Amino acid sequence: MSEFPERARVVVIGAGIVGNCLVGHLSDLGWADIVQVDKGPLPNPGGSTGHASNFIFPVDHNKEMALLTLESQRQYEEMGTQTISGGIEVARDEVRLEEFRRRMTSAKAWDIDARLLTPAEIAELVPFINTDVIIGGFYSPSVSVVDSLETGTLMRRKAQDAGHLQVFANTEVLDLETVEDAIGIPRIDAVVTNRGRIVTDHVVIACGVWSNRLANMAGATIPLTPTVHQMADVGPIDVLAATNNEIGYPIVRDMDTLCYERQTAGSMEVGSYAHRPIFHHPDTIPSNEESALSPTELPLSQDDFDPAMEQAIELMEVLGDAEIKYAINGLLSLTPDAMPVIGETVEVENLWSAAAVWVKEGPGIGQLVAEWMTYGYPHLADPHGSDIARLYPEERDYDHICARCGEHFNKTYGIVHPLEQWESDRGQAKSPFYSREEALGAVFYEARIWERPQWYEHNAPLVEKYGIAERDTEWDSRWWSPIIDAEHLALRENVGMVDLSAFQIFDLTGPGAVAFADYLAVNKVDVDVGRAVYTPWLTPGGGFHSDLTMMRLDDDHVRVVTGAFDGGRDAFWIRKHMPRNGSVTVTDATRQVCTIGLWGPNAPAVLDPLTDASLNQQGSPYGWVIDAEVAGVSCQLFRISYVGDTGWEIYTSWEDGSTLWDALWEAGQAHSIVPVGIGVYGLTGRMEKSYRLMGAELESEYNPVEAGLARPRVKAANFIGKEAYLEAREAEPAAVLCTLTVEDNTDSQGRRRFMQGGNEPILTPDGERIVDAHGRVSRVTTAGGAPSVDAYVLMAYLPPEYAVVGTDLLVMYMNETFPVKVAVAGPGGIFDPADSRMKS
Amino acid sequence: MSLLVLCDHDRGTLAEASLEALTFGRDLAGRLDVSWGAVLIGSGADQAVGHLAAYGVGTVHLATHELLTDYGPEAWGETLAQLVLSTDTTAVTACGTDRGNEVLAQAAARLDEPFVANCLEVRPGDGSWSATRVQWGGSLLEDVTVDAGVHLFSVAHHAQDATPDSAVGAGTVTPFSPDLDASLARSVVADRVVRTHGITLTTAPVVVGGGRGVGSAEGFGALEELAGVLGGVVGCSRAVTNNGWRPHSDQVGQTGTRIAPDLYIANGISGAIQHWVGAMASKNILAVNTDPEANMVVKAGYAVIGDLHQVVPAITEEIRRRRS
Amino acid sequence: MQILVCVKRVPAPGARINVTEDGQGVDAAHLGFTTSPHEECAVEEAVRITEARGGEVTVLTLGPPEAEEQLRYAASVGAHRLVLIPIEDVDWDPQRTAAALTEAIGGLEAADGAFDLILFGNESADAGGFQVGVRVAHVLDRPIVNGIKSIEVGENTLSARREIDGGFEVYELPMPAALGVKEGINLPRYPTMKGRLASKKAEVGEVAVDTPDGGQTRLRLYRPEEQVSETVILGTGPDAAGAVVDLFEELGVLP
Repeated sequence: MSEFPERARVVVIGAGIVGNCLVGHLSDLGWADIVQVDKGPLPNPGGSTGHASNFIFPVDHNKEMALLTLESQRQYEEMGTQTISGGIEVARDEVRLEEFRRRMTSAKAWDIDARLLTPAEIAELVPFINTDVIIGGFYSPSVSVVDSLETGTLMRRKAQDAGHLQVFANTEVLDLETVEDAIGIPRIDAVVTNRGRIVTDHVVIACGVWSNRLANMAGATIPLTPTVHQMADVGPIDVLAATNNEIGYPIVRDMDTLCYERQTAGSMEVGSYAHRPIFHHPDTIPSNEESALSPTELPLSQDDFDPAMEQAIELMEVLGDAEIKYAINGLLSLTPDAMPVIGETVEVENLWSAAAVWVKEGPGIGQLVAEWMTYGYPHLADPHGSDIARLYPEERDYDHICARCGEHFNKTYGIVHPLEQWESDRGQAKSPFYSREEALGAVFYEARIWERPQWYEHNAPLVEKYGIAERDTEWDSRWWSPIIDAEHLALRENVGMVDLSAFQIFDLTGPGAVAFADYLAVNKVDVDVGRAVYTPWLTPGGGFHSDLTMMRLDDDHVRVVTGAFDGGRDAFWIRKHMPRNGSVTVTDATRQVCTIGLWGPNAPAVLDPLTDASLNQQGSPYGWVIDAEVAGVSCQLFRISYVGDTGWEIYTSWEDGSTLWDALWEAGQAHSIVPVGIGVYGLTGRMEKSYRLMGAELESEYNPVEAGLARPRVKAANFIGKEAYLEAREAEPAAVLCTLTVEDNTDSQGRRRFMQGGNEPILTPDGERIVDAHGRVSRVTTAGGAPSVDAYVLMAYLPPEYAVVGTDLLVMYMNETFPVKVAVAGPGGIFDPADSRMKS
Repeated sequence: MSLLVLCDHDRGTLAEASLEALTFGRDLAGRLDVSWGAVLIGSGADQAVGHLAAYGVGTVHLATHELLTDYGPEAWGETLAQLVLSTDTTAVTACGTDRGNEVLAQAAARLDEPFVANCLEVRPGDGSWSATRVQWGGSLLEDVTVDAGVHLFSVAHHAQDATPDSAVGAGTVTPFSPDLDASLARSVVADRVVRTHGITLTTAPVVVGGGRGVGSAEGFGALEELAGVLGGVVGCSRAVTNNGWRPHSDQVGQTGTRIAPDLYIANGISGAIQHWVGAMASKNILAVNTDPEANMVVKAGYAVIGDLHQVVPAITEEIRRRRS
Repeated sequence: MQILVCVKRVPAPGARINVTEDGQGVDAAHLGFTTSPHEECAVEEAVRITEARGGEVTVLTLGPPEAEEQLRYAASVGAHRLVLIPIEDVDWDPQRTAAALTEAIGGLEAADGAFDLILFGNESADAGGFQVGVRVAHVLDRPIVNGIKSIEVGENTLSARREIDGGFEVYELPMPAALGVKEGINLPRYPTMKGRLASKKAEVGEVAVDTPDGGQTRLRLYRPEEQVSETVILGTGPDAAGAVVDLFEELGVLP
């Protein structure tokens, strides 16, 4: 055993699938001084990897996870640690069959072989299945089983052979030491273990269920909870033993009972996600010595598992007489939104998290984190769904984590709608108008922690007025209301008021504020005081990190206004890049400032009597912020609109918010004012204007040229991603963001269908996938109604040859294709393309 | 007042463990300041008497009876109980072997007295005594108090070194004829059989295990040879059966066979939990592995770091060399 | 044939056993529970005998209410009747345990006739008192032999084998009899899924007993001073062979 080092460039804590893949990829990317420690022995230190089921079902509706899973399968294959078994998800009811049609669509999007099977076809592949209880199946021939321990060994060995890695098993981390930089931000400094102390530049916590405990040592948080997943190994079973194979039959997922049956040689592993959620705390997980099996293989709480056994026997009678040879409450890591938590921690510089990762995406995430550490941003895929910075402090609270994990655990095989709302632990953050909105029948949706009215039942009578039809299918109607379209048309006809208080507001002040703001932004922020700038923030590679508004409020004051889904990531980005010389101060003003959007042709008429300010384009020009008193309340009026209509975002203090709301509401009565929800603001309003949304159209995988957001000129000042941006401007874009209209939305059963914007693939008229020169597939980034023009529109990136107005293409939805036409290629919407409403 | 040490023997051959009990009992008698003697029961026991004097035994109670043709737990227990009652005995001890514990339990049942098994230390007192005994095979210790008329203790096997006394005892034989009911013949050894059937994973004193590191079915040849010279059998890990190198019946582990041999030699086995669960009851484990951090190496009592393909034949060769 | 098996609920072996702060018991926070391994084999042996010869297996335990799990486990591998002597969650001393079992068995036999065979484990995995079965058999006047690794049932007799160096002692016992069996007598089956589900419906009888404390009283449990559990590295490569064989000699495993 080699001497324990005193110094390393990076210390990776954890030798599960994630830590192992990470050290392999860091080594490949040239990190030459890596130390990896784990408190357990090798190759199985006792974490979740050691008891993982190790199978991979590649089809995922989520792009990030689908891409990472496919990349992981590719790497497992390359290492020779993958066996293709095929896998069948079986349905016990009709609703599930509809979900399978959605899965077929996602399979098409990611180019994964898949087909729907009848019970008889399933029985051909799995002769011992009871076809009486199933009505169909979704077959993925490329489902595989991998050897995650062997993969980890190979990854470590690769790095060791390169002379880049030293591994220390049975080495427990006792403390993580930090030092504060010049402006008081802690930075990781050293790892203290039972074998000695290592001074290091970077630390990665890849400790699965223990991750938060490690992070806490440095004053950081990794929000996840150890959670029980029950499984049992039953056998011997002759029909399985006869295959003489580790895995001879396809893996079966009994979706409606949340169980799976996976052959392991002569036995069957039966696993369940149907039992009550059972959580542990990192401090209550036994040590290796205290564990009969391993710290994450706890004794089975049998009563919880009995229903799963009954259902398993129902599906496969042969299981009934098989002996239960091994059964555990296995621990795995769950996060409050069911996505991994990876990236640099928001609390401690150079302290990274690579946690809540499953075996199916381990190698991909190992690569992604290695790229992130090397290049300042991942190249493999956009990470915004997994970025640990996405989570607000409220989402890092243990009770909140357990509440949300308790809710999604039983949805592991669930049919989760793209707009599905959480039920538990709601109301974390409310605007000052919350009670007024409640009184108006607001239906609240959550933007991370923020409660926002999606629509108002108050407006129900408008549905009849505007003749809005219900949708034909339950799925398309779920998490939707015709009231949204009615609110939309009422705003366009008269005026609407929209609660925008969930905006995340960060004030940059100090002598370096403007220069720093310009360093973050593509567009010039060093503009006249009072101007506001809509701008991307780029990654070093020139893709989108953010897309937001920056207001030059004073010589030394720039206000950043961003969306509720991105506040955490943007706040982190600011802190990461801010100067360390004290020239900039960052203040989170989110809970000091509230905002009402007032838009529609009658907006000036509503506002005018309440203020002395001149509201015409001279007094309150488009894109400018002016100070004004409204109804006796000090406000800032920002003439802008994300719904493409006349009006303002009106900012005031949190305390004065309700006075402002009441004044606008009363003054608006004479002008038929309606409260308008985020259903309009976030979707229909922007869709008919083709406004882009961060996280949907805008991701690090695309650049402003492709997104149609490049300005004619590039500012002189340097900014993050400038070099890449300049290159992108020179090159022919590989894809162009287009707006498409659905030409006929009638399905084979005569029902009108409404795509939900869940990555539905755009196909050629021949039904072929469309992939651009960079390998990116054309898929729906957002889908939504355009009520003003009575259309249903989609946004999608298309290669230049298809990005031509009038091109006829297809969209796949629920395993059927529908004709679509390119309506706009590049910027510009199908409603009021001249922007006459906003700029008049 | 006196103390008795039950000595086990098999048809006249004194059990080594009895020497531990004699050492323990001699010391305890010294602390109690009472006389002490050894107890030998049954036919052939007289042949064992000669070994006792060296351990300071003054008196040997030699019990004989027509029923006592061979070992019988009830007959031996009844004999011991009667001897206790017929002498002024305050304490009885034996070594905590299968027989020692069994006979003391029998005697205790008959005397309706407590019996404290597998003690490390016994502390006489004026009223109640106290003792430290092992639980969980030694993983835990238990301090107990004992309230008894006659104190019956066994001393944990291997906890006490057997040491002859500086002063040789007289070794005087005192015959004892117990009054045994004929029915006690029911549990006397009726026959003995020499092991004839082939040994199995569960019964083998030595198991030579091979894992993924063996590399092939042919690779097990060297393990078979080592098992042969040790009178053991070959076992394997799950990876091996999965690769088809050995039949499932050879698999040691959670989903295979659980073993408890005197020695388990784990060659090229990483020590996955599945396997460990099957092997952990082994009394001694020797791991042979190239990786000093391998789970099996860490958990084993003994290890050789190296390639099993070189190490295993070298061990076999060394055993043969010493025999020849 | 009517067989009674007495079992004990014990923490599952394999993990480090921690002691509660008051030293009166084991800290079960991380522990699973199981049937003491010798007794698991005893249940298996009883089930095999009744499978071959007919009859019923009754399983009796003295323990906390949770010991019902071990009874149901026995049912899931083929036991027919389950009886619990519920006690508060503290071990009883061996004499009191034996007296309680004796009393309970007396009640069961008074109602349904004598058991032909009563099986015990050689000793419990935790306390290891090595005496409960002997005491019970003595009071019931049944012959008992411990350390049994094979049982053959004859007309009115049992032939039982006990392992010794190089072979076995053979005992011929008249029935009714009792035996203390040892792990290795068989490889106990695991419950099947159907067996487990059926065992949930099995009835668990309860017997209350009134027995006094015996003469042995626990003061405290504690962990022995941390033994150095470091692996002894005997050497590197084939050169280690000499040290290895020295070890074999020391362990007495060279035939």
